[in-house]
Amino acid sequence: MGISWIALAFVIAMTGATIGLGIYATRKAKTASDFFVAGRSVSVFWNASAISGEYLSAASFMGIAGLLMKNGYDALWYPVCYATGYLFLLLFIAGPLRRFGAYTIPDFAEGRFDSPMFRRIAVTFVLFIGFFYTMPQMKGAGVTLGSIMNWPYWAGIVVVGVVITFNVAFGGMKGITFVQAFQYWAKVFAISLPVFVLMSVFGGYGSNLGEVASKPVGEPQITAETDVAVKGKEGYPANVMTFRDTKPVTLTLKNGAKIAKIDAARAITPADDSASWKFLRVTTTQPGLAYKRGSNDSATESQPGTYELKQADHDIEIPAGSTVEVRPQPVTSGSPQKVGAKLEFAEKTVVTFAAGSIVPNAPGNKRWIEPFGPFTSKFGYPLLYTYSLIIALICGTAGLPHILVRFYTNPDGRAAKRTTLWVMVMLGSFYVFPPIWGVLGRVAMPWLYANDTPDAVVIKLPMILENKLLGEILSGITSAGAFAAFMSTFSGLLVSMSGALAHDIYGKILRSTASAESRMLAFKASAVAIGLASIGLGLLVESFDIAKMVGWAFAIAAASYFPLLLLGSWWRGLTKFGAASGMLIGGLTSLAAIVTSMLLDKKIVSFSTTPLVRSLMEQPAIWGVPLSIAIMFVVSLLSRSHVPEDIHMKMLRLHAPEEMGLSKNYIDEGKGQGGH
Amino acid sequence: MADRTVYDLTEKEHSLLAHRVMRRQAGLSLRVAAVFAVLLLGLPLVNFYMPDLANFSVGGFTATWLFLGVLFYPITVGLSFYFVKKSDQIEAECTDWRSVLDDEAASQEGSV
Repeated sequence: MGISWIALAFVIAMTGATIGLGIYATRKAKTASDFFVAGRSVSVFWNASAISGEYLSAASFMGIAGLLMKNGYDALWYPVCYATGYLFLLLFIAGPLRRFGAYTIPDFAEGRFDSPMFRRIAVTFVLFIGFFYTMPQMKGAGVTLGSIMNWPYWAGIVVVGVVITFNVAFGGMKGITFVQAFQYWAKVFAISLPVFVLMSVFGGYGSNLGEVASKPVGEPQITAETDVAVKGKEGYPANVMTFRDTKPVTLTLKNGAKIAKIDAARAITPADDSASWKFLRVTTTQPGLAYKRGSNDSATESQPGTYELKQADHDIEIPAGSTVEVRPQPVTSGSPQKVGAKLEFAEKTVVTFAAGSIVPNAPGNKRWIEPFGPFTSKFGYPLLYTYSLIIALICGTAGLPHILVRFYTNPDGRAAKRTTLWVMVMLGSFYVFPPIWGVLGRVAMPWLYANDTPDAVVIKLPMILENKLLGEILSGITSAGAFAAFMSTFSGLLVSMSGALAHDIYGKILRSTASAESRMLAFKASAVAIGLASIGLGLLVESFDIAKMVGWAFAIAAASYFPLLLLGSWWRGLTKFGAASGMLIGGLTSLAAIVTSMLLDKKIVSFSTTPLVRSLMEQPAIWGVPLSIAIMFVVSLLSRSHVPEDIHMKMLRLHAPEEMGLSKNYIDEGKGQGGH
Repeated sequence: MADRTVYDLTEKEHSLLAHRVMRRQAGLSLRVAAVFAVLLLGLPLVNFYMPDLANFSVGGFTATWLFLGVLFYPITVGLSFYFVKKSDQIEAECTDWRSVLDDEAASQEGSV
């Protein structure tokens, strides 16, 4: 497979249009200064488009489709909560935050508690949340360019990361409302139009789901012979193929393969019959089949022929041109009565699946389409996992630093509420589509399961259309949409993270006497440093699902900024000590739990935990958010004397309608008119 | 007293005003949040305890898929629309801080 030139052209056009519009809008902003930040001329409609444009990241554009294809119903919580999380923002935060005149969350932290010190503590979470959010954007870049340019994963990340970082560092991409609004409409178009064409070929949303639902014991099958590129052990867990227990599958290894070990697909107790399981029947056409059995028993077959390999055989070398039959084995006790094999590839190779093969790694139809499938029930606490996920996404939406900045461009609190309403309309219209991609992917392109690449489904699915030209064009459109997604979000995050680093950490903590030029230099240096760090982090996360990583960023935001904003806006008694300790303890313990969970997944660390603890580590919001709120309450009550003296005035400024004459803009512009 | 601005109020009056404005907005927000929470947090319970209802087939979709993946968006927009309308009404009624303070003073006297 070579380069998809048409897709490349679309991507370049999209990148060019974004940068070009940015330059145009920046020039225009110089002549009409209210275009850029003052924003009083920005209508609710454009502002809502811009918020939606900045919000729809690689997780929304690619990740949801991939996660849904992989896990079915359970993944629906992601798009639904990404969109409806704005309701909480609307009900409790949007109006007050705008009226308070706070431009960022650290601004709010400082103004609400009269504490520059607390501002510096608050700003650290811009970086924590930001880095978690940039990792999946980087993965999106790697996967997209891997698909259209046929590049290795790291190359896409390095190219996109460097280009966007320099663009931000040299001021080519600022958070310009007009550009972000354009990106929203580009993304909606790119996710919806191709899927309508695909539905006309592969069948509609409901009919494909109905097909899956009507065969509860079925599973996805490959319809025509297909080559699948498999990763080596550096790609763990994407180098693992877990076969179903229903039917044998025959693989052809034209280049041969090195398999680290053969295991059972599920743990079986008692494992009394495991010694007799012969999972693989290998037919070689040349000598050289080698394997190890037990701790020191190694064998090399000098004759071509048919050999059986058993459970726990390891370090297997299969010569080129062999065929391997992977066979389910009987289980004498318990149900189901068979168990499939799990193969772990040690080095990358190509595996050819025959037509009619049942694809590995795909959950069966019933587990896929019904709630509490493999995603939420993997640790055995499906309801707990689901609720924790919902809390993370709903509360996290209300605490995302790069989104809240945008509410400042509303002229007043009332417009902020209207804007949020429109954001929900726009996001809802977008989020209906990614799950359709996931459903069509399962039915029409199931081999993406085999090497764990469902995250590429929106890019790759159009390419299998009979009409190759049409397929290339549609794939070009989705590639351009994906580019818009990680470009806009990564740029937005880079701007807010660099701003935090340069303004708050360098400008206020390290060198409070720094001049404007040296601050500008600090901003550029920060952008480069953060961009490089993001590239480095992006290289490490190839095996994690895009949408899941963004979910973790939300979980950290939910346990840190959300309680700060909620209680800060509505509870007079909140003190800086309460807010700071709740935010730090809730946010940092959630962060620690998630990072530990990722390291466990990658097998970088290993220790035994109970499934309940493991579940709570992977989805920490269900304890992180209440913990943070509880600490804020208790510590605030203990430090009651530190409630700001003008707290009632602050509360009025947060909640009183602008006409009452209290909010900051009115103070700046027309103090004298306050008395009607 | 006629040219007294909202900045000249006593701390007690600020407190009364803040109370009054926040109480009605908070009540509205909590009511809408409660409806949303029942829908969103109730669905996993329906899925868990009433799987037959959740997986009932509606035009190919399972009922729970149709509700969550398609219908939930317009429902939330409807809730938001209701909230924005009501919230604007409350604000319109609270804009005149003199009458709000008078009301509040009257109700305080009444309750003592």
